[in-house]
Amino acid sequence: MRKMLLAALSRVLPGPAAAAAAAGRTASRVMVASRNYADFANEATFEIKKCDLHRLEEGPSTTAVMTREEGLHYYKTMQTIRRMELKSDQLYKQKIIRGFCHLYDGQEACCVGLEVAIKPTDHVITAYRAHGFTYARGVPVREILAELTGRKGGCVKGKGGSMHMYTKNFYGGNGIVGAQVPLGAGIALACKYFGKNEVCLTLYGDGAANQGQIFETYNMAALWKLPCVFICENNRYGMGTSVERAAASTDYYKRGDFIPGLRVDGMDVLCVREAAKFATEHCRAGKGPIVMELQTYRYHGHSMSDPGISYRTREEIQEVRSKSDPITLLKDRMINNNLASIEELKEIDVAVRKEIEEAAQFATTDPEPPLEELGNHIYYNEPPFEVRGPNQWIKYKSVS
Amino acid sequence: MAAGRALRLLAPLGCRLPQHGPAARRLLLQQPRRGLRLSAAAAIQVTVRDALNQALDEELERDERVFLLGEEVAQYDGAYKISRGLWKKYGDKRIIDTPISEMGFTGIAVGAAMAGLRPVCEFMTFNFSMQAIDQVINSAAKTCYMSAGSIPVPIVFRGPNGASAGVAAQHSQCFAAWYGHCPGLKVVSPWSSEDAKGLLKAAIRDDNPVVMLENELLYGVPFEMSEQAQSKDFVVPIGKAKIEREGTHVTLVSHSRPVGHCLEAAAVLAKEGVECEVVNLRTIRPMDIETVEASVIKTNHLVTVEGGWPQFGVGAEICARIMEGSAFNYLDAPAVRVTGADVPMPYAKILEDNCIPQVKDIIFAVKKTLNI
Repeated sequence: MRKMLLAALSRVLPGPAAAAAAAGRTASRVMVASRNYADFANEATFEIKKCDLHRLEEGPSTTAVMTREEGLHYYKTMQTIRRMELKSDQLYKQKIIRGFCHLYDGQEACCVGLEVAIKPTDHVITAYRAHGFTYARGVPVREILAELTGRKGGCVKGKGGSMHMYTKNFYGGNGIVGAQVPLGAGIALACKYFGKNEVCLTLYGDGAANQGQIFETYNMAALWKLPCVFICENNRYGMGTSVERAAASTDYYKRGDFIPGLRVDGMDVLCVREAAKFATEHCRAGKGPIVMELQTYRYHGHSMSDPGISYRTREEIQEVRSKSDPITLLKDRMINNNLASIEELKEIDVAVRKEIEEAAQFATTDPEPPLEELGNHIYYNEPPFEVRGPNQWIKYKSVS
Repeated sequence: MAAGRALRLLAPLGCRLPQHGPAARRLLLQQPRRGLRLSAAAAIQVTVRDALNQALDEELERDERVFLLGEEVAQYDGAYKISRGLWKKYGDKRIIDTPISEMGFTGIAVGAAMAGLRPVCEFMTFNFSMQAIDQVINSAAKTCYMSAGSIPVPIVFRGPNGASAGVAAQHSQCFAAWYGHCPGLKVVSPWSSEDAKGLLKAAIRDDNPVVMLENELLYGVPFEMSEQAQSKDFVVPIGKAKIEREGTHVTLVSHSRPVGHCLEAAAVLAKEGVECEVVNLRTIRPMDIETVEASVIKTNHLVTVEGGWPQFGVGAEICARIMEGSAFNYLDAPAVRVTGADVPMPYAKILEDNCIPQVKDIIFAVKKTLNI
């Protein structure tokens, strides 16, 4: 059917459009526009998994509408994160990235589903597995990779590295397990104080979920009705410890006790999106905090120094990849519901690879920060002063 | 108050108002502390507690983003009554009682600061700040640096620090050296009411995390406060030491309550012809070592005095820096430290008294240094 259409069009259209049509490529813009209209659906409705509820009468909708445009956006974003993380893996093995590197591949549906459910004026804070969020919140790939390689073009000039990336309304990137949770509630307190109807997404893992300060935070957030969405990204393992070995109760969505909670399929970007919409509405309505548990999975080990197979089997990893990969799930949905073609998605893949390659090129060639940067940014809004180096004769200037 | 106002109205008519003596004192007592002023320069006696209270009140009024949180700060008026009257005036939004959850509420305060508010986070004593020290150091102190200046943390951590009276080991530790160790923090340690008010105001207005180490035993002590210090815009600059007493024979450097002991020791020594220069550090980090150096160059002798433990303490840092700088060549004797005893604080009065630096210990150290 498609071939016939192409053949017909190639006879009708002049010039390069005709050549493109003859070759069966979807290259030309004119072609794509007419193909959209002719070939693809504008949107489709999907059944999504029902969320388990805690202290809630109703949960998020069990159907989700996704437009073609949304689908392409989610696909491209998730694919970009996937390839960015795989590139980071490569660069780390080449020793161009040093120190800690905690990769997010497998969990893409979480950060993308959350980001598309909130506004740019909302706030996000997470722990150290933060590259996906950093990208979703608006930092370009090249600045993320350059930060990982410790160059001056990094999003924080090489001062932070993998675990400390920030941008507007994104507070990192936090290295101390669990410490970001009270911080997130504090950001939510500021949201309530300023009265601008903003919320704060405060993320932590299944390992961090057992930290005492999280329970202190639950208490205060509930007492003061802070617009804080507590989100546990449960990827089944806290470093090398499975959830069964770490938690007396693995129902992380219930651990907020007096705080309502929902358990969400974190491999389905639409499920995450609908749940996040539900949760943020709850907060914006002044009902106080809410807990979301996203059931997800990481393909890599805890960090680059963990092969990730001493505490789980290769079969398990493979099973998740083949049955629950978030990008594959979305791709299949789009193809099967005529929201996109395989070729179109392949083109996106090619474009993404190109973007990642260029970013990696930048990240490996950009110079390291100048030595003068060492003393800067100790304080904010402060006249310049001197900072001591390794001995009393070595001094650095510190500017804000 | 009516008498004061009446007198003030008379002043332009040429009436001479008493400036000294009992009549003046009566006039002063008739005035509300923060209300009308006589046209003549009028210093008044203000306790450290009231000075801190005024500072908080003025800064809460000046900037809507400032708020106070901590245990018992609101409805109880503050465990040490520092925040008396503030909850009544400013309400629940600005003065927040927290549950006993230091790590949690400190993190919440730091997060609020990251998002644009200007919290004052009270620790009932700094001993409890150890529960929350990760949030102070890793979240507050380091974030500006890690984010290359994109996320400032304008927060004040304040509360009583160091030894009190009979509260034993777990409630008597001095944290000046611990917090003073960390780049990214500013650490201040007031002695007088002027110090307390001016430093707290400066700390609240500072866009960086400031640790303010108060002293419980000083809260009830009245100090003279100049007219200038009574102004709503009076701030004491962070990072500048103050010479409390000029002298020529020896430099005594101290912070917080021991500054008073140094002045007492100086008074005793003066009778024996030894003139001590007493330097009140006011700020632990960034330390004003230049003022200490200039003083040592003048006096050629140095004694540091602090309440904290000797090992890795404030005095140790001062001595190291003096060795590294120009003042070393002017020392006629090794620098000497007077500190708290190197033990956890015992309870019995006789034991406790001998664990904190007393006036006699300072005098002894001075005489040893001067070889007299």
